[in-house]
Amino acid sequence: MAPAPSLRARWRGLDSLKRGLSYMVLLAGSILFLFPLYWQISTSLKTSQQTMLYPPLWFPWPPQFGNYPALLDRFPMLLYFRNSAFISSSVIVGTLLSSSLAAYGFSRLRMPGRDLIFMALLSTLMLPGAVLIIPQFVIFQRLHWTNTYRPLIVPSFFGSAFSIFLLRQFFATIPLELEDAARLDGAGYLRTYAQVMLPLVRPALIAVALYSFVGTWNDFFGPLIYLSDRERYTVAVALRYLQGSARTRPEHHLLMAASVLAIIPCLVIFLFAQRYFIQGTVITGVKG
Amino acid sequence: MWVQSPALAGPRGPRAKAKPSLTRRREAIACVLFIAPAVFGFLAFAVVPLCASAGLSLTDYDLARWPRWVGLDNYRTLLSDPLWWQAVRVTFTYAAIAVPLWLVNSLALALVLNQNLRGIPIFRTVYYLPATLSGVAVAMLWIWLLNYRAGLVNGALGLIGIKGPNWLGDKRWALFSIIVMSQWSIGWYLPIWLGALQGVPSELYEAVSIDGGGLWARLRHVTLPMLSPLILYNLVMNVIWATQIFTEALLMTGGGPQWATLTYMLYLYRNAFSYSKLGLASAMAWLLFGFILVLTVIVFRSSPLWVYYESERRRA
Repeated sequence: MAPAPSLRARWRGLDSLKRGLSYMVLLAGSILFLFPLYWQISTSLKTSQQTMLYPPLWFPWPPQFGNYPALLDRFPMLLYFRNSAFISSSVIVGTLLSSSLAAYGFSRLRMPGRDLIFMALLSTLMLPGAVLIIPQFVIFQRLHWTNTYRPLIVPSFFGSAFSIFLLRQFFATIPLELEDAARLDGAGYLRTYAQVMLPLVRPALIAVALYSFVGTWNDFFGPLIYLSDRERYTVAVALRYLQGSARTRPEHHLLMAASVLAIIPCLVIFLFAQRYFIQGTVITGVKG
Repeated sequence: MWVQSPALAGPRGPRAKAKPSLTRRREAIACVLFIAPAVFGFLAFAVVPLCASAGLSLTDYDLARWPRWVGLDNYRTLLSDPLWWQAVRVTFTYAAIAVPLWLVNSLALALVLNQNLRGIPIFRTVYYLPATLSGVAVAMLWIWLLNYRAGLVNGALGLIGIKGPNWLGDKRWALFSIIVMSQWSIGWYLPIWLGALQGVPSELYEAVSIDGGGLWARLRHVTLPMLSPLILYNLVMNVIWATQIFTEALLMTGGGPQWATLTYMLYLYRNAFSYSKLGLASAMAWLLFGFILVLTVIVFRSSPLWVYYESERRRA
């Protein structure tokens, strides 16, 4: 068997070549992907003059940490953070409650026509938001809910197709025996749902909470059309307002400082809870 | 969706033992109660608005006065409106370039990441990270990166002696810039592709190797056919999302220069909320909806030509 070792050696050579190439591609790509974030942070630590240098200043020295207090001084970012946090946490509560109830019903309780209703509900994921926005706006305006947080929060208490889908997929993986055992012990549907099923789908609940948070925190269109008082702005809408004022003066360092602050919650959540996001994406294949 | 998830068929099938009908009825009542809030939401926030916007599209409505019936006038107005056609052209161009790029880039990245290499989890985190950041903050960041004079992109190009264009201020480059920026979030698809790639049976790859096929043959005859249902699904969903692009256009270019980035949603938003032409905007929404419906039907109808389903292999 003379040719075998040489063939294997050639394979190994090819293999390490492939490895080396892969690493190079991955590293180059990583730099490309992370550099915008680096640039955002480094700009936020420059002086106003330094931001306008050409060629650009690659590393801000000395870093102007004072930009952040200066921003908070001139611009009530903390207020906007509180507003966004209030809306996001309300939406999380609403979505978790309504979607888990519905998901349990759709996956575990039998009723004629149930799956048909579920498919109809799911088909709303394919609806372009455009066909819903205007009548929704008219309805909320008639209810005198514009310029309040209600149009942004209340709908979440009536389920979201995406979350129901995700949770239903998860409920489906839980063995029926567990539920039957609870039922034999005399637990009603509500107790089975709350005490047996919910604890078992905790990862999915966390994923739903995270998606709701990120979605609400980043939402721009909703706050843009519903909120008009500046004190009620969310972080996203406030950033746009800040951009308007930065156009007149070269304040890119402050604008970047504000946008760094705006992405920090999502960044932190992602770094600590990455696996829940990934699990959720794999299960549904749907962008949240 | 039905392409992808067998679980939709319902997990509850085989357990249909004969049960007293009283328990049956109690279960059905419980089901109604559990799904009631979601069904109400479905009716109030999807079905009613959907019908209402169809009705509004046939009226002249500005919120202040009662809607006035105008028949198909709004649709006629749009079809003879050069700006509407411009919005269609911009959105179509965006979707036609950005969507294939998303799919190809993310799949290529997933193929590279689907190797048994050290440090892969770190790379996955890096590529996935930008996908969770979106909206206004990211648009602000990219406005700054693409700044004509002091932006990073032109700074980097300057290092290799190229004088970069005024990305967002030049009508030849503005839409292109937004497309490039959108590629920053391709990481979103990584978990989906990687999950699917792990599911490809390795004996198929071995069969190709035995036949003397290389990397390309493996991709062409195994990976792509096995992933084709998922590709189809991602294609449809992505085209729908691509038609919704709004934040970037509003914040980064305001639809300009010279309407070069006037996306469909931006024009709709202006008609509805800047000019209070709610009837006209509803007609715009329905034209978009109709287009998406037709496209979805075409893609799914044509799918037997190029999508490979596991069940067919088993049957054969």
